[in-house]
Amino acid sequence: MAEAVTDQAPVVIIGSGLAGYTLAREIRKRDASQPLMMITADDGASYSKPMLSTGFTKGKTADELVQADAGAMAEQLNMEIRTHTRVTGIDPGAHNVLIGDERLHYRQLVLAWGADVIRLPDAVSGSLAVSSINDLEDYRRFRQRLGGHRRVILLGAGLIGCEYANDLRNGGYDVTVVAPSEQVMPGLLPEVAASAVQAALEAEGVTFHLGVAAEAVREEGEAVQVHLNDGAMLQGDVVVSAVGLRPRTRLAADASLAVNQGILTDRLMATSVPDVYALGDCAEVEGHVLMYVMPLMASARALAATLTGEPTPVQWGAMPVVVKTPCCPVAVVPPELTEDGVWEAEREGNNVRAVYRSGTGALLGFALTGDRVIEKQALAREVPPVLTPSVAR
Amino acid sequence: MKKWQCVVCGFIYDEAEGWPEDGIAPGTAWEDVPEDWECPDCGVGKEDFEMIEIS
Ligand SMILES: Cc1cc2nc3c(=O)[nH]c(=O)nc-3n(C[C@H](O)[C@H](O)[C@H](O)COP(=O)(O)OP(=O)(O)OC[C@H]3O[C@@H](n4cnc5c(N)ncnc54)[C@H](O)[C@@H]3O)c2cc1C
Ligand SMILES: [Zn+2]
Repeated sequence: MAEAVTDQAPVVIIGSGLAGYTLAREIRKRDASQPLMMITADDGASYSKPMLSTGFTKGKTADELVQADAGAMAEQLNMEIRTHTRVTGIDPGAHNVLIGDERLHYRQLVLAWGADVIRLPDAVSGSLAVSSINDLEDYRRFRQRLGGHRRVILLGAGLIGCEYANDLRNGGYDVTVVAPSEQVMPGLLPEVAASAVQAALEAEGVTFHLGVAAEAVREEGEAVQVHLNDGAMLQGDVVVSAVGLRPRTRLAADASLAVNQGILTDRLMATSVPDVYALGDCAEVEGHVLMYVMPLMASARALAATLTGEPTPVQWGAMPVVVKTPCCPVAVVPPELTEDGVWEAEREGNNVRAVYRSGTGALLGFALTGDRVIEKQALAREVPPVLTPSVAR
Repeated sequence: MKKWQCVVCGFIYDEAEGWPEDGIAPGTAWEDVPEDWECPDCGVGKEDFEMIEIS
């Protein structure tokens, strides 16, 4: 099986999401000829994942979200793309990627295989009536299943749950949100901002059941029943589970790469084994798991430089997270909470400006809603970077 | 005239139409859009993301 190691072996990228394609594009800006290969479990269509939660607002079908198919991308990027191909293992010692019995040689390997949706217990997630929407294929299937139905029950009130709630409402659906947290977007927003978003969504007609969890989902003919742990029962047509994402780490751990919440990397996006890198939603960069587009773009640019011979640590400034709830837009930089830090908030209607300051008055984070989001840029400039420029070597 | 798409949110900037709401006249090429311009839909800055050429 062993193949001679040559420089002609490709840089292999696993995954055709924003991380994989952005990296390929950045590499091609620097090097037109380095052999590149992408392996992806899906059809390799290039699309912008954040648009999955604005589909009704913008009136886009799954096909309309496709920016380019795998064939067009392969040509544009001068790269071989193997679609519908699931990597089953890595053998870093041999510089091999395993696809069942097949072994592929790589010069350098980039894991850009994203994150899995968190499943609820089988009594809930085991039901065929429950969908999660984490990629274009899910979106296509969900659209079909929705058909002429009206009532959607959404499990989860995080960023993605709130975005789907707003979007489905804009699409004319009856939306009920169920979540065990007492507020929307816990962990991301301070209570004052969360209550503004919730109020705005309620004014649009979204119903919330917070502080309760779904215990079981039962199909009753065409309808679905969601049983809550406070004894209540909700009737709907379709259930969407949006309870969070978890970086895909299993294949990495199996190959003895160091993993924690995500696949551990340093600022060069290098994992614990030579010539294997991780990028995007699956990566944990110096302790940070940031499953957003901006961090992955910055990482992809740095990694492209590294892989083309110019080792470049990634730098992350303050990167505000924008929540696409058109009824009450949100921009937030979640602070690292400190012992003496405090939130100071101004609220007028659903317009909130909340800033988090340390004991010495330094701005560590903020949350803006409604028309206060225009202050995002100004405040972001004051917040310390996530990964400071490294000390000169 | 080209079209550019924001990879974060899918917003399309059409050079032929510009973005008059922000004072960007029809016919303004992407490279002439001010560096501090932000995506009208998701707010990311021009320098922080890629607009992908789509036609
Ligand atoms: C609804 C929604 C809205 C969002 N909105 C925003 C937003 O507004 N702003 C923002 O910054 N972020 C947003 N995000 C997050 C952002 O979309 C993600 O951070 C980003 O798309 C992750 O890209 P990725 O390439 O790392 O992963 P993915 O896009 O998940 O790509 C993973 C790829 O790996 C492939 N793969 C997986 N396992 C294997 C295997 N074993 N073998 C081969 N291939 C494999 C998959 O097929 C896929 O092609 C949103 C996310 C969602 C779900
Ligand atoms: Zn945008």
